[in-house]
Amino acid sequence: MNMMSATECLLQMCEENFELEDYQSGVPRWCTGCGDNAILAAVQRLCRDEGLRPEKTVFVSGIGCSSRFPHYMNTYGFHGIHGRALPVAEGVKMARPDLTVFVNTGDGDCCSIGAAHWIHAIRYNMNLTVFLHDNQIYGLTKKQASPTSPIGTKSNTTPRGSYLEALNPLTVTLGVQNVSFVAQAVDWIPEVLFDIVKAAYHHKGLSFVRILQRCPEWLPKSLDPWMNDPNKVQLLNHENGLQFSAGLSKVYKNQLQHDPSNMDRAREIASSTDLVPVGILYRNPDVPCYEDLRHSDKLRTAELTSAGLNAELDKYTVWPQEMKEKVA
Amino acid sequence: MNEMTIQTSLKKAGSKGRVPAGKKPAVKLKEHIVEIISDSGEGAQKCGQSLGAIAAQMGNGIWTTEIIPAEIRPPARSVAGASGNRIRIGSGYITNGGDETDLVVAFNEQVLLGRVRAKELKPNCIILLESMWRTHTDPKIVASYIETYDRVVAAGYKVYEIPMEHECRTIVADARRGKNMYALGMLCYIYSLELKLAVDQILLAFGKKDKSVVDANIKLLEAGHKWAEANLDFCYSIPATRSTEPQVVVNGNTALALGVLASGMEICAMYPITPATSASHYLSEVFEKVGGMVHQAEDEIAACAFAIGASYASKCTITITSGPGFSLKQEAIGLAVMGEIPLVVVNVMRGGPSTGQPTKMEQGDLMTAIFGSHGDAPKVVMAPGTIEECFYSIITARRIAETFNMVVVVLTDAGLATSQQPFARPKFSDTWMAPPVDQSPIPAGAKPYDWDETTGLARRFIPGQPGGMHTLTGLAHDRDSHVAYDAEINEQTLRFRSLKLAALQKTLKAPSVFGDSKGDLLVIGWGSTKGAIEEAVETMRAEGKKVSSMHLQFLQPLPPGIKEIMQGFKKVMTIESNWSDRPEDKIIDETNRRYSSVAILLRSRYLVDIDCWSEVKGQPIKPGTIRRVMMDQLKKQK
Ligand SMILES: Cc1ncc(C[n+]2csc(CCOP(=O)(O)OP(=O)(O)O)c2C)c(N)n1
Ligand code: SF4
Ligand SMILES: [Mg+2]
Repeated sequence: MNMMSATECLLQMCEENFELEDYQSGVPRWCTGCGDNAILAAVQRLCRDEGLRPEKTVFVSGIGCSSRFPHYMNTYGFHGIHGRALPVAEGVKMARPDLTVFVNTGDGDCCSIGAAHWIHAIRYNMNLTVFLHDNQIYGLTKKQASPTSPIGTKSNTTPRGSYLEALNPLTVTLGVQNVSFVAQAVDWIPEVLFDIVKAAYHHKGLSFVRILQRCPEWLPKSLDPWMNDPNKVQLLNHENGLQFSAGLSKVYKNQLQHDPSNMDRAREIASSTDLVPVGILYRNPDVPCYEDLRHSDKLRTAELTSAGLNAELDKYTVWPQEMKEKVA
Repeated sequence: MNEMTIQTSLKKAGSKGRVPAGKKPAVKLKEHIVEIISDSGEGAQKCGQSLGAIAAQMGNGIWTTEIIPAEIRPPARSVAGASGNRIRIGSGYITNGGDETDLVVAFNEQVLLGRVRAKELKPNCIILLESMWRTHTDPKIVASYIETYDRVVAAGYKVYEIPMEHECRTIVADARRGKNMYALGMLCYIYSLELKLAVDQILLAFGKKDKSVVDANIKLLEAGHKWAEANLDFCYSIPATRSTEPQVVVNGNTALALGVLASGMEICAMYPITPATSASHYLSEVFEKVGGMVHQAEDEIAACAFAIGASYASKCTITITSGPGFSLKQEAIGLAVMGEIPLVVVNVMRGGPSTGQPTKMEQGDLMTAIFGSHGDAPKVVMAPGTIEECFYSIITARRIAETFNMVVVVLTDAGLATSQQPFARPKFSDTWMAPPVDQSPIPAGAKPYDWDETTGLARRFIPGQPGGMHTLTGLAHDRDSHVAYDAEINEQTLRFRSLKLAALQKTLKAPSVFGDSKGDLLVIGWGSTKGAIEEAVETMRAEGKKVSSMHLQFLQPLPPGIKEIMQGFKKVMTIESNWSDRPEDKIIDETNRRYSSVAILLRSRYLVDIDCWSEVKGQPIKPGTIRRVMMDQLKKQK
C-alpha cells in the first residue's frame, strides 16, 4: 500500500484548509424539514473543522432515506444494501485503518434488518462513527412501522396502531459487551448535535450516536411533545462529557450531571421514557478495537508470501529420494 | 485362498501361540483400494492419511478420501458412524477415488456393516476385523458380532479376525489410542511399504509431544507389522516409480487455502459451514504469518459484506462458504456486481437444497452460481477439477476479479475438499500476487465508471486516491456514479457489465479433448468428476471404443471452441452430480424432463441435442459407473 508517512501527511494537511463546499456534493433530495438535513449540516461542519481529507474519508450507508447521506458528501461513499452498512464499513476499516469511516443507518436499516450486525459491530468495537438516523418509521418505503415506532403508531402496515412497545436502541447498545461510546442527539438542537458528532468522531472505537430525526412526511407530529417542551429534553453535562453554553442552558434548564464512565447510570438514563436524554451516555476509551487486535504487523510482500508459502508446502511435500537428502 | 484356509489361519491368528504363516512372496498389483474404518475418535482417519502419505513417498499414485459420519459423535459401534479413510494406491498416476474397495480394516463389525450396506466393497473384498467383540462381556455385543461376522463370510468376503486390541494392550494400557498405528503397521506389511517411512509419519505427527508417546506409537507400528508378517498368508506389492520432482499431498480445502496464501489476497471473511470450514481453519492457522487475516463474521451476509467493504477499499478479498451460506450471500454478490467490486467467492458444494447433506458431495449449485442474485448479475464461474486446480484456481480467480472488477465464483465440492492427491509442488511466482493498492491521484475529469465501449471495462477508484471521490451505489448509476433512473443509462450499464464477460471469454482457450477429437461419444463434465470421467474414457478407449471427454473449467463464460469440438462426435452427453429427471419415469418426457445443470447450459447455448446422465448419491461418481453409462449410451446409438 502506498501510504504516506505521518510527517508527509501533516505537512500536506497544514497546507490545506477545507471549506464547507469541499464536502458538499449534490443537492439533498430529502423532504423540507427532514431531520436528515440537520445531520448533514453537522457532519459537513465536523469534516471542515477537523480538516478531514475528503479522499481519506468514507461514508458507508445501507438503504433508506437516511442512507442517501453519502451522496451528499464530497468524500468517498458506499451506498450499499439494506441493513448491511455496518459489515461493509467493518471490511473497509479492517483493510484500511488509515481511512476515517462513518456509517449512516436508519432505524429499519440498523435495528430491524441489520440488527444482528448492529450487535456484533458493538462487540467488534472498530473505530467507526455510527449515526443512527432514528425517525421511528420506514421513510423510503412510505410509512411502515419500524422497531423504534412508539406503540400505537399508525402506519401503512399498522393502520390501527402498532402493536408492540418500541425497541430502545440506547439500552440495547448499552447491553452489548465491549460497548465503548453511546450518545443521543436530537436534530432540532444543532449546537448539541454538532458537539455530540464531534465527540463521537474523537472517540477511538465504535461510537454509536442515536439521533432522533424528524420525518415531517410520515410522522409530522411525533416528536412535537419534546420539541415544544424544552423541559422534556434532559441535557447530560459533565466535565468528562459535554458542557453547554449559557445561552443553551437558558432554554434547556433540565440538565443532569452524568459521568459518562458510569455504566449503571447510563443504563438508567437510557431507560427513561418520558424524558429524552441528550448527550454522552457512556464512554470508555479503553475497549480494544478489533482492527488493532487483528491487524497484522507484517506487510503482505512477495518475499514474505514466498517464504510463508514454502514453509507450509514443506509440511506436505514428498521429496524425491535424492532431493530428500539435500533437504535434510 | 479358500474358505477353509481362511478359517484355519484365523484360528491360528486368534490363538496365543503364534504360528507363522510363513512369508509368502508378494503378489504384484496394479492398484488396490484400502479402507480403514472405526468409530470416530479411534484414529482411523490418521491411519489412512499416513498410509496415503507413505505410499506417495514410495512413489505410488494415490487418492485418499475421508469417510465422515454425518454426526460429530455418532454412538459407538453404529452402522452410520463409520469414520475413516479410503486410499486408492496405484502404480501410476491416480486421478480419482476409483470403484469399490479391495481391502478393509474395521475396528468393529457395525461400521463394517455400514460400508457393506452402502455397497462400497468389492464382492471378494478382504476384511481385517477386530476380534475383541467375540469375547466381549456384553452378550448382546457378542451376538451382534457373530451374526455380522457370519453374514459377511457367507456373502463371500474374505474375513480375517485380528486380535488388535489384545495385541495393543501388551504395549499400551488404552488401546483406543494407538490401535490405528498398529493397523498402519499391518498395512505396511501387507503392501510392502517401508516401515521407516511410517516412523517418519509418527515423528511428524507426535514429534512435538513427549518421547514416550512417540516410542509407544513406534512400538505399536512395529508390532502390527510383525504380527501381520507372522500371521497373514498374503502380501502385496504395488510397484511404484519415484517421482523426480517434489510433490505436495494435501486435500482440496488445504489446496484452496494455500492458493489464498499464494494469491496475495489479505482478508478472508467467512462463517463456519461444512464442508468449507476446514479451508478457513487452516487459513486461520497460517494466514497471519504472511500478513493476512481470517475474519469470522456473525453470518454469511456479514462475511460477504465485510469482504466487499475490504475489496472496495483495498485488494480483492475472498469469502469461503458452502450451499446455505452461498444462498445468503446472493444479495451482497449482486451489490458487488453492480458496484463492480472485485470479489472471490468460494462455494465448497454439499448436498442440497436446504441443509441437505452437509458432509456429502454434490454439484447442485452451478445454476445458483451463474444466475444467482436477482436481476442480471453477470459473474465469472470457475470449477477446479483436481486438487492441484483448487490451488491455482484461486490465484486465477483473484486475477480475473481484479482485472475485470467482477465477482468470481469458484465451485469445488465436498469430494475435492476431503480428498488428497499429490501434485507438483508449486513454485511461487511474484505474478500471483495482487499489485499494491493504487493510491495515485485521479486525473481531473476522469470518471469512476468510465466504461469502455467495446469491453465494458472501467478503472476503479479506490478510497485514498485524491480526486477520485464518489459514492459507489447499488442503485442504477451513470459514469459519475450518480443515481440514474434514466432508461437509456440503465440499459447501457447492463450492457457494459455483460460485455465484461464477453471480453474475458475472448481471452480463454478452447478446452482440450481427452481422447481423439472425433468419435462416437463425447462426455462433458465439470469440477470434481474429472478424474473419474477420464479414467472411464481411458478404459473404454483401451477396449476400442471411440469415446472422448472434455472437462470445463470455466462455466461462465463458456470458453470458445466448444461447438466445434462437439461437432466431431456422433453424440454428446454430460455427466455430473446434480439432479436430472429420469427418462424412464412414467410421466417424464421431452416436454417436461429437467436436464442436469451443465446440460441445460450447453443445450441452450449451442442448440445441440445433448443428453445427460446424473447421479446424486452424495458421493463421487465412480469410474465404473461412468463406463456403464457410456456403454449404455453407445448401445442406444446402434
Ligand atoms: C432486502 C431489502 N428489503 C427491503 C428493502 C426495502 N426497503 C428499503 S429502505 C427500507 C426501510 C427504510 O427505513 P429506515 O431504515 O428506517 O430508513 P429511513 O428511510 O427511515 O431513513 C426498506 C424496508 C430493501 N431495499 N432491501
Ligand atoms: S420521508 Fe421522512 S425521512 Fe424521508 S426524506 Fe422525507 S422527511 Fe426525511
Ligand atoms: Mg427510519
